[in-house]
Amino acid sequence: MKRWSNALAAVLLSLTGSGLAQAADPIKIGSFLTVTGPASFLGDPELKTLQMYVDDLNAQGGIKGSKIELIHYDTGGNAKDAVNFVKRLIKNDKVDLLIGGTTTGDTMAVIPDVEKEGIPFISLAGAVEIVEPVKKWVFKTPHSDRMAAAKIFEDLRKRGLSEIALITGDGGFDKSGRAQILKLAPDYGMTLVADEFYGNKDTDMTTQLTKIRSSGAQAIINFGLGQAPAIVTKNIKQLGIALPLYQSHGVASKTFIDLAGDAAEGVRLPAAALVVAEQLPDADPQKPILLAYKNQYEAKHGPVSTFGGHAYDGLLIAVEAIKRAGAADKAKLRDEIESTKGFIGTAGVFNMTPQDHMGLNLDAFKLVEIRKGAWKIVE
Amino acid sequence: MFEQVFQFLVTGITVGSLYALVGLGFALIYNASDVVNFAQGEFVMLGAMAAIALLSAGLPLPLAAVVATLLAVGVGLLLERFAIEPAAGASVVATIIITIGAAIFLRGIALLLWGKDFHTLPPFSGDAPIRLGGATVLPQSLWVLAATGVLVALVRAFFDRTLLGKALLACSFNRTAAQAVGINVKVMLRLAYGLSAGLGAVAGILIAPITFSSYEAGVMLGLKGFSAAIVGGIGNPMGAVAGGLLLGVLEALGAGLVSSGYKDAIAFLFVLMVLFFEPTGLFGHKVAERV
Amino acid sequence: MRLAGFYAFAATVALLPALFPDNYFVVVVGASAGLNVILAVGLNLLMGYAGQISLGHAAFFGLGAYASAILTTRFGWPSLLALAAGLIAAGLLAWAFARPILRLRGHYLAMATLGFGVIVHVIMVQATGWTGGPDGLAGVPPLDLFGWEVSGDLQWYGVIMAAALLAVWLSLNLVDSPVGRALRAVHGSEFAAQMMGVDTARAKTQAFVVSALFAAFAGSLFAHQQAFVSPDSFDLTVSVELVTMVVLGGLASTFGAACGAIALTLLQQALVVFEDYEMLIHGALLMAVMIFLPQGLFVGLTQAARRLGSALVRSRPSVAA
Repeated sequence: MKRWSNALAAVLLSLTGSGLAQAADPIKIGSFLTVTGPASFLGDPELKTLQMYVDDLNAQGGIKGSKIELIHYDTGGNAKDAVNFVKRLIKNDKVDLLIGGTTTGDTMAVIPDVEKEGIPFISLAGAVEIVEPVKKWVFKTPHSDRMAAAKIFEDLRKRGLSEIALITGDGGFDKSGRAQILKLAPDYGMTLVADEFYGNKDTDMTTQLTKIRSSGAQAIINFGLGQAPAIVTKNIKQLGIALPLYQSHGVASKTFIDLAGDAAEGVRLPAAALVVAEQLPDADPQKPILLAYKNQYEAKHGPVSTFGGHAYDGLLIAVEAIKRAGAADKAKLRDEIESTKGFIGTAGVFNMTPQDHMGLNLDAFKLVEIRKGAWKIVE
Repeated sequence: MFEQVFQFLVTGITVGSLYALVGLGFALIYNASDVVNFAQGEFVMLGAMAAIALLSAGLPLPLAAVVATLLAVGVGLLLERFAIEPAAGASVVATIIITIGAAIFLRGIALLLWGKDFHTLPPFSGDAPIRLGGATVLPQSLWVLAATGVLVALVRAFFDRTLLGKALLACSFNRTAAQAVGINVKVMLRLAYGLSAGLGAVAGILIAPITFSSYEAGVMLGLKGFSAAIVGGIGNPMGAVAGGLLLGVLEALGAGLVSSGYKDAIAFLFVLMVLFFEPTGLFGHKVAERV
Repeated sequence: MRLAGFYAFAATVALLPALFPDNYFVVVVGASAGLNVILAVGLNLLMGYAGQISLGHAAFFGLGAYASAILTTRFGWPSLLALAAGLIAAGLLAWAFARPILRLRGHYLAMATLGFGVIVHVIMVQATGWTGGPDGLAGVPPLDLFGWEVSGDLQWYGVIMAAALLAVWLSLNLVDSPVGRALRAVHGSEFAAQMMGVDTARAKTQAFVVSALFAAFAGSLFAHQQAFVSPDSFDLTVSVELVTMVVLGGLASTFGAACGAIALTLLQQALVVFEDYEMLIHGALLMAVMIFLPQGLFVGLTQAARRLGSALVRSRPSVAA
């Protein structure tokens, strides 16, 4: 029995490669992303970005002579798997820090373990609850859904519209976005006249939109991810509804424009500056960073999306902090991440503080409109 | 109000015809082999994805559609030959697990071939909505509706009128007896898988302009198609169509009149009610158990 | 003899963490496997012995988990009381649904249980006020066993494995009881069983309720162990996985179900390193096992071992000659 279990454990250990001795002490970055499953178009560019830049850094000799090792597991968007893989990264792979957690669900699920083990964790998920209240070891790089809601409301107010219809899916991104819209609406003097739902794998939303059409709304907000917002956009055109349509930053990728086709014309959404990098004034300090990332990504993987950008920001914030603190002492590394100041990333300029573990302000978002199949900044 | 309900019904029927089309494939294989093929949704996905890939490789749409359908037929034949046939005599649940394994496997292949992005086909005859009273439909939905009608008539005629179809049915009723009267059961089973894979692929190509497609698209379509086939009474092509339409209309009415968040729950609750009162579906055979 | 397998299983479970303390694959994956063992052994009572398929079993797992999570976080109930409430709720629900659902046969039963699972999942996603919606409920307090708070992966391994052993032991005893015999009769032929005076409806209902109780129990443990619940742990995929575990291990065998549960848990951990090839390999393995060992891993392999053994015994004289 003993020999058998020894053999079993040996097999398991060799599967992960943790039994191999390492010559130099590499810096180990653990990552868990939703590379397959419903949120794969978030996780996929995130992983590609991490891999691309880790390879680059290693080709340049690593950080202060130490190579970087990226260990990644795909959660498939399942919070239970996220928890187990984070335990695996901490216990078995003994990583120095974590970058990952594509979805809010995955991120929230692993926070208890991260806090207990005391390991720096940069989340790539959107919801504001990840960093509010502040958790000692948890940071995040994407804009929050509250910022997206605020950006949309600002634009609506400018246009003098206040009666809005909301339509959202059944995913975590949709639900927390909806919660922020409901919460912020009174502050901006908005009234919600319709609040409809769909399933993220539904093939037709004309029923919900028919109800919205007769609700007297002046504008429609759709908070969602994946193919569903494209179907909503097409259905709105099919029903001949002429109201302004606002999407969320969740559709800021070329795929959305391809899927929705002509119907995407005139759709507005808040998005990171990445999608409109060329249109920024040359004086914008973000511009060179954005173009560099965009060109490098597109040379290898096709159209860039803002989600990969969040991984870029997370990785480089970590690298800068490691340069200052080294990776050996997790508490020191955490302190250095927290003192990130003036870091120019794809999402904006990060200024972290002990009270703010995201460090972005509302300017980081651009309101863009789709015109002739391309993103245009709305001023 | 009336206008709204009319639009709900139109939506329900267009969505339902999509479920019906997928459900037909389930009925076909079940008729021949008593197996519910849980990889049916993946045939639908393969048809759509292959057609999209061929189209972007430069083939004209009709040719891309034909080649994609033939490819799916090939996959169906391979599945039968290398996964179902070697397991002849396995229990029903074992066969179910094999088809679930096949579904995961096919999804894995699609992932490697076409990546994780969503793709779409251009609609066959434009995007301009057609007005029906106060409601609107897309031309593509009419294509789906018409194709469902034609295919169900063909499938019915095949089983009722042709010798081949009757031989196929005989295999399902009693395999040994079918063998005894000179029917080559092996060939018949391959035929059934080939046909239903082809049927699935046609469905996939027809609905791709509406629903888009990705390597995972087969999961949801398979689930809804399976539900359609069961509610109607499995093995009955007409039943699958009735089941699909019923499911679509229920979802639309549930979303429109009760709650869009709970529409799937409402639809399935209704399905449960149907089964409680008609334990073999709306048009299913009443079967007697052999002791 | 009957319990020899049980003692071997118990000894392995106890030895592993002693040999590999704080090893991820023992304490964390082991705990996951343990939960799956409880679920699969429970489902096997329904599928393997009563011959009734369920494609909605994750609903009961979820019911137990959400009962514990909601009652402890929102109402401050002690964890054991919440666990009991979850069991009662799952048992009652199973009992109420059992009669109409279990009248159905084969694929119709599969459809009905699937529909049941979908309905429960939709409620978990949509009733955000209660369940926290798709992002789930965080901050479930630790399990309090009469003053001892279970914390840390090793302690959880111990608690879950003890529960898994209890589940296996219960299942072994149930199967050999009069109820178990009635169940097997139902599996063979329901009509024939009725003729012999077995109250088949009652037997099936009992199997359904018991397997729901196993699942809800596992759910409560799961909620406390993860300190977090979200609907994706209880969706259709999970229900299908549970059925796969039971069939993969071998229907109508308690150890088969346990085997299947452990095998599938390990498989998922092992395959994750293949990234994009994970699905392809997973699907191919499922098909291969069911084609070559249609009775499942455990039953198939033990039979093969027996055949090999007797072949060796038989071949010995011929070698001598």
